[in-house]
Amino acid sequence: MATALQPVTPEQQNPVAGITIVHNILKWLTSNWKMTTGTCILVFFILMAIFGPLLAHMSPTAFSNDLFQPPSAAHWLGTTSKGEDIFAQLVYGARISLLVGFIAAIGSTILQILFGLLSGYFGGLVDNILSFVINVFLILPGLPLGIAIASFAPNNIKGPILITILLTFTSWSYGARVLRAQTLSMRSRDFVESARSSGEWPLRIIFFEILPNIISVVASSFVGTFVYTIGADVAFEFLGLGNVSQSTWGTMLFWAQSQQAMLAGGWWWFIPPGVCVSLLCAGLAFLNNGIDEVANPRLRVESKRKLARRKKEVVA
Amino acid sequence: MRRMISRLGFYVVALWASVTLNFIIPRLMPGSPIEAYLVKMQGQNVSLHTIDALRAQFGLSNAPIFVQYLQYLGNLLHGDLGISISNYPYSVWEVLSSHIPWTIGLVGISVVLSFAIGTLIGIVIAWRRGGALDSTVPPILTFISSIPYFWMALALLYFCGFLHSWFPISGGYDINNVDPGFSFDFLMSALHYGTLPAVTIILGSLSGWVLVMRNTMVTTLSEDYVLMAQAKGLSYRRVIMTYAARNAILPSITSFSISLAQVVGGSLLTEMVFNYPGIGYVFYNAVNNLDYSLVEGCFLIIALAVLAANLIADVVYNLLDPRVRQGEA
Repeated sequence: MATALQPVTPEQQNPVAGITIVHNILKWLTSNWKMTTGTCILVFFILMAIFGPLLAHMSPTAFSNDLFQPPSAAHWLGTTSKGEDIFAQLVYGARISLLVGFIAAIGSTILQILFGLLSGYFGGLVDNILSFVINVFLILPGLPLGIAIASFAPNNIKGPILITILLTFTSWSYGARVLRAQTLSMRSRDFVESARSSGEWPLRIIFFEILPNIISVVASSFVGTFVYTIGADVAFEFLGLGNVSQSTWGTMLFWAQSQQAMLAGGWWWFIPPGVCVSLLCAGLAFLNNGIDEVANPRLRVESKRKLARRKKEVVA
Repeated sequence: MRRMISRLGFYVVALWASVTLNFIIPRLMPGSPIEAYLVKMQGQNVSLHTIDALRAQFGLSNAPIFVQYLQYLGNLLHGDLGISISNYPYSVWEVLSSHIPWTIGLVGISVVLSFAIGTLIGIVIAWRRGGALDSTVPPILTFISSIPYFWMALALLYFCGFLHSWFPISGGYDINNVDPGFSFDFLMSALHYGTLPAVTIILGSLSGWVLVMRNTMVTTLSEDYVLMAQAKGLSYRRVIMTYAARNAILPSITSFSISLAQVVGGSLLTEMVFNYPGIGYVFYNAVNNLDYSLVEGCFLIIALAVLAANLIADVVYNLLDPRVRQGEA
């Protein structure tokens, strides 16, 4: 964040402005090891989703004669009991799983911003009503609610779109609560007061004055929601509430479970999708902690060596 | 008192919201699966009267929606959740009540254990802020908690149950050799069968408590009264436990009630993987068998349980925080 406040010198401004922005973003992303690790993991999975299918020489749904084979040169991660290639399923599945999680997290963040900022800024009756809705959604168990709704869906509408919608509406409450608290603390700051007294529209104050100032909280809340939506998406599909003929990480686990892969010793079938989800979620969680630490220095863990060095610098 | 009343009011309205949501769910989707369900119901020689009641329950009767809603509320007040098709002729309530103790036992014990262990770890690593533990434990826990509950359950099941046979791979107790009841054998068997599911839930939910406790402890430890306590020469243990931790635990209790809904969701999935005879397993079977009355009943009972647990956390918070109590006077 600090880099954004640096004065812009003329030579930085024109021909190399793009490079400076990239440089600043890179500097921000590498400002602590958690952010760096998280970013690397996230980039790895995004690349895997985009380019992975180019490496797969089989369609994820094509059957072959190699039934239930452990990993080999022909099938890098082995095959399922119908002879489908697990590597192909994994890389194609990354696309849908990432996309569902991402879109649901975006939708959920929009709801969080609307509920959190509006209730925090306006206070009074608006706040009472909105925070009541937030609290009710907070107390409702989202996953069982989603499962119950999805189980009533006819087969033709089961699939990524339904899951995205369900995840959006069951994942926003916690972030909204956090954003509301942040907005409350912003409301009486001087810059908001001055914007108000100069006659700016409330909505303009909320979205152009307050929102940019709490953007790091929004970012961390988005990443946190992303972790939840990815995990919950896989859980829904694992329960067979997605489109089971599509290959995603969750449906891979669904088939592995329903074909009793585990009891047949087929570790190569259920380990890869789970490792991918766990790694991706861990990466996002590190990114989230990293953003929190950058925004809130009190949380930072500093090694004694670094502290000593800083002390020396101060003394010098 | 005022605060308590307004909280109670909140719970009453939240209760109404969950009940109403339960009413709306079957009416959100086009009716074809429910039609199929009713046809299957007729195959079970269910009386026409029951079928009519089910039609009303799922929003397929011709009565106006308002009348349907009143009927639904009336049935609910009489504890009538319908009949479970996959457990015919048992009613949903009978099915649920025979499985509730398992879930309360498993999830209750694991969540309390996880909260206690996590809070202790948080206290220890905050006290040694910046030390070796503080820089290694939270990242490891973050990684562990990123593993989806059900997949951790699968992995534990594969490693400890299938490969090494240390623990049984499915069920809640040894069905062949012991009878349920308050006997030593049964309790030991339940403990043996419950270990892996409990470990899954504890590992999955641990990191949240650790991080919240660590962060509030770090703030609390920089307070003057902690410095004062140290300056008085009190033992470390006394400073940590009675001065710092006691004050830092309040936010943990708030976060306990907030994350409870999520932990319960994860626990349900854990039960499903282990075929543990709790509500999660019933829910899973209900979804798979398209037993809609049971799906509705499961959601309702889970929502009510989370509400009740939140109410308890609220009361505990009230008892622990003197500021809230003084606010009453």
